[in-house]
Amino acid sequence: MSGLSVVSAGRHFARSGSSRSFTSTLVGAGRRVGMTGYFILLLLPIYWMVMMSLQTNSDILGEFRWIPESLTLDNYRTILTDDSWYSGYINSIKYTTINVVLSLAVSLPAAYAFSRFSFVGDNHLFFWLLTNRMAPPAVFLLPVFQLYQNIGLFDTPWAVALAHMLFNVPLAVWILEGFMSGVPRSIDETAAIDGYSFGRFFVRIFLPLIKSGVGVAAFFCFMFSWVELLFARTLTSVHAKPIAATMTRTVSASGLDWGVLTAAGSLTLIPGALVIWFVRKYIARGFALGRV
Amino acid sequence: MTTTLKPRNNRAWLFVLPVICSVAFTAVLPLLMVINFSVQDIFGSNRVFVGAEWFIDVIEDPDIRSSFWRSIAFSVQVLLIQIPLGILLGLGMPKKGVLASVALVVMALPLLIPHNVVGTIWQIFGRGDIGLGGHVITRTLGFDYNYAQEPADAWLTVLVMDTWHWAPLVALLVYAGLQSIPDPYYRAASIDGAKRLAVFRHIELPRLQGVLTIALLLRFMDSFMVYTEPFVLTGGGPGTTTNFLSISLQKIAVGQFDLGRGGAFSLLYFFFIQMFCFLFFQLMRRRL
Repeated sequence: MSGLSVVSAGRHFARSGSSRSFTSTLVGAGRRVGMTGYFILLLLPIYWMVMMSLQTNSDILGEFRWIPESLTLDNYRTILTDDSWYSGYINSIKYTTINVVLSLAVSLPAAYAFSRFSFVGDNHLFFWLLTNRMAPPAVFLLPVFQLYQNIGLFDTPWAVALAHMLFNVPLAVWILEGFMSGVPRSIDETAAIDGYSFGRFFVRIFLPLIKSGVGVAAFFCFMFSWVELLFARTLTSVHAKPIAATMTRTVSASGLDWGVLTAAGSLTLIPGALVIWFVRKYIARGFALGRV
Repeated sequence: MTTTLKPRNNRAWLFVLPVICSVAFTAVLPLLMVINFSVQDIFGSNRVFVGAEWFIDVIEDPDIRSSFWRSIAFSVQVLLIQIPLGILLGLGMPKKGVLASVALVVMALPLLIPHNVVGTIWQIFGRGDIGLGGHVITRTLGFDYNYAQEPADAWLTVLVMDTWHWAPLVALLVYAGLQSIPDPYYRAASIDGAKRLAVFRHIELPRLQGVLTIALLLRFMDSFMVYTEPFVLTGGGPGTTTNFLSISLQKIAVGQFDLGRGGAFSLLYFFFIQMFCFLFFQLMRRRL
């Protein structure tokens, strides 16, 4: 009796094993096809914009082609030689950089406090900080516009950088706190016993330990500052106008210069793509805000 | 935040001070100004205190109400599509090697495109004459499609654009969550002869709860506040088809420069999102 049941159990096992490997190959193949299909769909609109940027307007409006017959860099030349175009890039990069530096500078000590100490009202403060990430930018447009005009920062990169801190500081605190909590507290204590002053400990020992967290936080600050347009457009007029705003204004003014418009759009992809490549190893953990 | 025992030290407030100063300047001060607008009737230099009038006005405004329901419908559809899609994509991402790095970078690409460029990309892509997508739909497949004139097409295009833009965020969060599951869990499951679906249901899903809550929260907030992409694509039209809450607020506050109404509208909008997120946050903390 017992021998029989062992055999049947063995047979059952083998059968289920082979059918499973068959279905798992099927699932594996389906997964590859599905993922490849998704990536193609994801890249097609981007491909189309980049292709348009490499054509003349008459080619764009001419016969429809999947792959253009002749390519030109004229549109890019227009942008890179025209001050009103390329200064938009410089402005965007200026305020994004200021924003990243300022956001990290104020967030690092705060994140350290949240991850290391408990203090009166810490939980409430933490949630209150996060609520600022939930503020629709449209809500703050009017007052922010008046505010920056009154203090004389209107139309400077500083205005946009400070306004973007509204959503970047809470995010940076949240991400950094997640990464810092992953570092055991005994390291702080050992350093103190070894006679490190707090400043030296923080810069020499602690920061190197959480450098991936700092990278991820910088990445997110960069990202949200780079893609944001509402504040950037409202707080600037001539001297600090970001590239994104330059684009929208050109659409309404000259209407149909598709080549230059798409070239400008394509150029906005480059900083983002570069930054992702640098943080690709930490990006997954970063997207979970250091909490997995 | 972790709730393990931390030394109690109120001097930690000094560390938090810079953040509080920055938030006071970037958030509290503007918010106070909005409150100030919302209770007054401002006409040039004439200011009259009107109490809650603007709030009642906004709540009873039929256009704002329909924008509100439109935004709710949009957010619900966004979540219903993007969360399951993001889970599937996260599960399907290559796990190791060069392919994994490349897949990560490509997946994250839409997230780093300025929002108005996303709108421009789809504005061009969807056009029947010069856009690849529009061309394939109207010429190759022969459908009647025009996002600038047909309400249903406009809605659908905005939804597809938003999914293209943000489903990768959900996918990356899920991918990150999956990376944190230790291998022995999977080995134990395969010894037990667990089916793929059972592995997902009993091993992966529970471990993904944290990241999925973050995904839901971020996707709700951002889709409920969406402005730039639909504004570039459709400008809120045709008619009022894609006139979301943020677009109506923008029209009232900046277009008509109606400070009182805009202020009251802003506050109600802000507090609705806060209430929702507060409830969600409570849920999240209990789970994590």
